[in-house]
Amino acid sequence: MTKKKNRSMIQRRLIPTYIFLIFWAFISVFPFYWMITAATNNTVDVARGVISFGHDTVINFQNLLKSGQDGARLWDSLRNSFVYSIAQTLICLFICSLAGYGFELYHDKYKDRLFGILLLAMMVPQVATLVPLFTMMSKMGLLNSVGGFVLPAISTPFMIMMFRQNSRNFPPDIMEAARIDGLPEWKIFFKMYLPVQKSTYAAAGVICFMNSWNAYMWPKVVMADNRAQTMPMFIANMAAGYTVDYGMLMMGVLFCSIPTMIIFFVLQKQFAEGITGAVK
Amino acid sequence: METKKKGLTLAGKQLAAGWLFLTPATLLIFVMSFWPMIQAFLTSFKSGKGVNIHWADPLFVNYTRMLQDTMFIQAMKNTFLYLIIQVPIMLILAILLAQLLNNKDLKFKGFFRTCIFLPCATSLVSYSLIFKSMFATQGLFNTILVNLGILKENFNFLGTPWSAKLVIILALIWRWTGYNMVFYLAGLQNIEYSVYEAAKIDGANGWKTFWNITVPLLKPTIVMTFIMSINGTLQLFDESVNLTKGGPAGATMTMSHYIYNQSFGQGVGNFGYTSALCFVVFILVAILAVINLKVGDTRD
Repeated sequence: MTKKKNRSMIQRRLIPTYIFLIFWAFISVFPFYWMITAATNNTVDVARGVISFGHDTVINFQNLLKSGQDGARLWDSLRNSFVYSIAQTLICLFICSLAGYGFELYHDKYKDRLFGILLLAMMVPQVATLVPLFTMMSKMGLLNSVGGFVLPAISTPFMIMMFRQNSRNFPPDIMEAARIDGLPEWKIFFKMYLPVQKSTYAAAGVICFMNSWNAYMWPKVVMADNRAQTMPMFIANMAAGYTVDYGMLMMGVLFCSIPTMIIFFVLQKQFAEGITGAVK
Repeated sequence: METKKKGLTLAGKQLAAGWLFLTPATLLIFVMSFWPMIQAFLTSFKSGKGVNIHWADPLFVNYTRMLQDTMFIQAMKNTFLYLIIQVPIMLILAILLAQLLNNKDLKFKGFFRTCIFLPCATSLVSYSLIFKSMFATQGLFNTILVNLGILKENFNFLGTPWSAKLVIILALIWRWTGYNMVFYLAGLQNIEYSVYEAAKIDGANGWKTFWNITVPLLKPTIVMTFIMSINGTLQLFDESVNLTKGGPAGATMTMSHYIYNQSFGQGVGNFGYTSALCFVVFILVAILAVINLKVGDTRD
């Protein structure tokens, strides 16, 4: 009896908390609701601030399919984004996990020093690398190619640090045992390390995919050819004109957001782990 | 080569393997980050366009030039304004939300967390465009404010300097508060609940517990999120480009946006000058990173 009373009192004291959380949750979710309803309305209704579902979904979608030039339409941009992001994620995971593993499990004072130097790359502002990297990529003939897109992004101090931190729970005894059994070093990585680090790979993979899907500044420079453009570039171009069809634009924004939102809902735990992963 | 490898001892093999594993990542960082940075530094002492680029005379002309570049100074002021207003508000909100969500009596915790974290699922371009449509002169917010009688007629939010800046700040707070909250939630989970119980027994109220227990124990996390936010804000680009196009008349333009425009905006850029601008951004980021290391050192 008293326990029950106690509990309801606690809940009553939490009312301001609930109000604030509901308020902030509403603010956080509302723009998504707006994006979805706006994608079903025509541009006049969007401008009037209609926040209910309309009947122009199909027209907006058809207009979206027609927007852009040949080879730079919705499906092309979506496909490009998927190809670049998947390529970047896979290569980044491989290279950075290898490095994190090397730095942690083979560490000596020289490697620690090198790691300290690599961390300095976090301070390099992206905008400062644009011109030199653009020149480099054009000399290598990598403009408008997957290679040009991924090369600057597949090795980051953040990812190496994340794998390094998570390698700490990998017992060196296992490695010793494997060596005694005659397993070569690279096989220890693939056969023993990789399988037990699945959760790290998942968390890092989510972050990596999100980052490359959302990338904008570097793709804008290196993927100047319309046919190589990514989904964020596609919708940004659509919004850059003087008259913007907001219904169609929001349909485009929706298409750009669906992949990342699916990942968010399915892999939310991994996403949160990935964000905080390098700073345990 | 083959015979030499066979001749390696087991320890030697291990040593070689260790270095080999970290070689690709290390090389890439040197070539894709450090080398461009060094090149930008060297280029910052050159002038001329395209193939006619040559050492500047006087050498520091690009650096003295920016003192007269009112647009860059404006961009710098804008960026710092975003920094000073947005970062503290966002971090305080994030820490507050994390503290509220960390209550074990709270119901629907997962639901609230998911909602507040949700803005992170949008790309920077997407949310910029969503905010652009909401704050357009013919748009949702104007409709609401006019209907409520707060505004007499539609107001050009994105075409007026102060309100355009405000919209960018609001958008940034919306996008990044949940992101930072995740760090604090992770940090709070490491604090034993018994610490709070003990504080309660000692008669400390919520406010006191917050300042005397939560904040000191979260200090490393706070420092880190602070530095990350500063770094991110100094490099702001997508929002400025897509929400306001830097306008009206450069009133919302960020440093990265200005440098981008100077480099790739119209024709062949004066890369010497833009490199000098980049170097200023680098110095600013570096100064703040050094401060970070200093503060981080006192952790233990």
